[in-house]
Amino acid sequence: MHWKDRLLPWRRLRNLGIMGMNQRNADFILPYNPRSNFPQVDDKRLTKELAVAAGIAVPKLYAVIEIEHQIEQLQELLAPYAEFVVKPAHGSGGEGILVVAGHSNGRYRKANGRLADKDELGHHISNILSGMYSLGGRPDCALIEYRVNFDPIFSEVSYQGVPDIRTVVFRGVPVLAMIRLPTRMSDGKANLHQGAVGVGIDMADGRTFSGVWHDTMVQHHPDTGGAIAGLQIPHWDSILGLTARCQDMVGLGFIGVDIVLDRDLGPLMLEMNARPGLSIQLANKIGLLPRLDRLARMAEIPASVEERVALAKATATIW
Amino acid sequence: MRSLHVKILALVLVLIGVGLCYYKVTRLGLPLLPTEQADVWTVEARIEFKARRNTPIKAQFAIPRVPAGYTVVDENFVSSNYGLTTEDDGLHRSAQWAVRKAKGYQVLYYRILLARDPMAVPLPVQSAPPSVPPPEYPEVIRSAVTAVLEESKSKSADTRSFSREVLLRLNATTPDANVSLLRQDVQTPDDWAELIVSILAGANIPARVTHVLLLKDGARHADLTPWLEIYDGLDWQAINPQTAELGFPKDAIVWHVGDGPVLDISGGRYAKVDYSVTKHTQEMTQVAEQRARQLGSRIMEFSLFSLPVQTQNVYRVLLLVPVGAFLIVILRNVVGIKSFGTFMPILIALAFRETQLLWGVALFSLLVALGLAIRFYLEYLKLLLVPRLGAVLIIVILLMALVSLLSHKLGFERGVSVALFPMVILAMTIERMALVWDEMGPKEALQQGLGSLVVAVLGYLTMSSKFLGHLVFVFPELLLVVLAATLLLGRYTGYRLTELWRFRAALRE
Repeated sequence: MHWKDRLLPWRRLRNLGIMGMNQRNADFILPYNPRSNFPQVDDKRLTKELAVAAGIAVPKLYAVIEIEHQIEQLQELLAPYAEFVVKPAHGSGGEGILVVAGHSNGRYRKANGRLADKDELGHHISNILSGMYSLGGRPDCALIEYRVNFDPIFSEVSYQGVPDIRTVVFRGVPVLAMIRLPTRMSDGKANLHQGAVGVGIDMADGRTFSGVWHDTMVQHHPDTGGAIAGLQIPHWDSILGLTARCQDMVGLGFIGVDIVLDRDLGPLMLEMNARPGLSIQLANKIGLLPRLDRLARMAEIPASVEERVALAKATATIW
Repeated sequence: MRSLHVKILALVLVLIGVGLCYYKVTRLGLPLLPTEQADVWTVEARIEFKARRNTPIKAQFAIPRVPAGYTVVDENFVSSNYGLTTEDDGLHRSAQWAVRKAKGYQVLYYRILLARDPMAVPLPVQSAPPSVPPPEYPEVIRSAVTAVLEESKSKSADTRSFSREVLLRLNATTPDANVSLLRQDVQTPDDWAELIVSILAGANIPARVTHVLLLKDGARHADLTPWLEIYDGLDWQAINPQTAELGFPKDAIVWHVGDGPVLDISGGRYAKVDYSVTKHTQEMTQVAEQRARQLGSRIMEFSLFSLPVQTQNVYRVLLLVPVGAFLIVILRNVVGIKSFGTFMPILIALAFRETQLLWGVALFSLLVALGLAIRFYLEYLKLLLVPRLGAVLIIVILLMALVSLLSHKLGFERGVSVALFPMVILAMTIERMALVWDEMGPKEALQQGLGSLVVAVLGYLTMSSKFLGHLVFVFPELLLVVLAATLLLGRYTGYRLTELWRFRAALRE
């Protein structure tokens, strides 16, 4: 190792190809993500509509609550659905999501086993409507949608909540992916800085590497003790294809796509993010930059989804 | 490409900013450092006379030209309904007040503010080489004058030493008969100076009476002091008519040169001039500013000093905000400190300017802590967002009033200044902090809260710097340099300092 690299940590990060926040914003988000297209990913309702129109599988939308008044009819509205998820249309970082795993007599059982009554659910929705979870506190609407029955492959390695697969897609080519496993600490949320485990995925074949929890490498899930490494993610090629198509749908060059695996329905696109986080680099122990640079230099990216998936697998050999 | 554009733009901004600043420092002499105070003399002349009935009044009053060694900081004339003109013939300067008619006692004021300034350039003096008319002394006097002149001539070498000799002889404590004769009609210092002028004329030496005003702090009803100037063939040389010492007195300004009357009034009687002098200290910067203005530079037209004082004070604070904003840019994008709201800490820092640092931090922490406690209680009540925000705002204001009252009763007068905190900002901070607390845990909330406080304290320390305050107010163009640096940081793609910590797992291998 060069002495300068030993002394100056930023040179080592640069050598590892790790991308910082400033570079993400200045070199990728600003040039590749036109501001005018942001609402298409920030508004989950709009994203869902676009996805349905483009034939991309998403969790089914049961109802949208737009005004306070609708909360009164909540019970009738939710009666047909045994399980559902309430989320803000403009939420970020998994905030404001309430998973209901069943209800009876006006009492709702949350995913973590606790019970909530009608008023509590109503208050939660009212908070969503008044913009508590949206950027800048703007009034929002609440989405009620299908609760994913997650694929049993993950049941050994997640503590409550839904594990999801985050893929960073650049110019329509998936470059890096990780699976986020909720823990007791993350309170069922799949957010790395809240304590979820991030597990890198080999883009070429969909096998998991070891995971990262906070800043330590882990081989087993901290709560369930299930082995993390070496899991084969089912439907890997169709997941890659799904994420590649998302780029065409919203016209953003640099996005994060969140996918969940449903037991019956297969991969579903949960949401997209125009400002994907950087922790994915830690989970994979690879920097984003080498792959992004290679793709940025390419004059043309193939139009067909198959070719792009192939390109993604080829790019995955770049370290 | 875009990066190059930004760099060129930044370069242009830096060149303009630094260039203007360089020009102001080197050519206009504005100080780069907030230097010490300078003495400023306020000299006021009060002219009083009684107007004659139904006659046009014209008052001509000699006023000083820019006196050597001083800078005129300000000059003004107070004369209710009089028309005013000033004249400068290269040697004398005068103000002329005129009015068609007036009744009773009239008072006119002339006020000049002077600062001692060794760098000041005196206005060029235009005076023709003096010619001395042959004096005509009365019979008795002539022989006495001749005797004095003859005696002095034998003891001197040139005009200067000769004049000194004559003056010493005339001022001798034990005068001889000739001198006693010459002295006998002299009643006022003015007479004395005029006498000397006429005696020196007898030896073909041009001399003139010059009136100076002694700058003595607190002087009231002062009068001009006659002084003497002799022409030594090259230049006019000042000399004390009483002691024959060369030069003007220290702390004095030349008010009027030559024989003409200092005050000439037509249409008025019982004219009287009173001079008063007061001294106060003023910032050197303002003195330099005035001097620059006198140099007639266009740039000074755009100086912030030309604004009313109240507006100036507003800008003294406002111009520091860009510096604070730049600090925030560095702390957020280069260091990576998290805080509530982007520029919120700057507003808190501005409040710290009034409360002082320790009190500010203590009061801010106290208010936020109390607010948070109450906010958690409100959470329990399950209120809608906007009413809850409103409730938090109301409670914050009540808490502020309470803290002010309590600290006043306890005798901590500083605590009263809590009223200066921007309460909406406080309410928003509390709300944000409560949300982060709920969603990301107390650790994250306290971290961000502490981050905000650290940024606010750093902002306060930066913005309370006397030096920076002076720089941005006297050289606002330097903010272009700050802008350039901000633009450059806008294209900074390096790591943030905190990211080195965040990615430490990657570094460890």
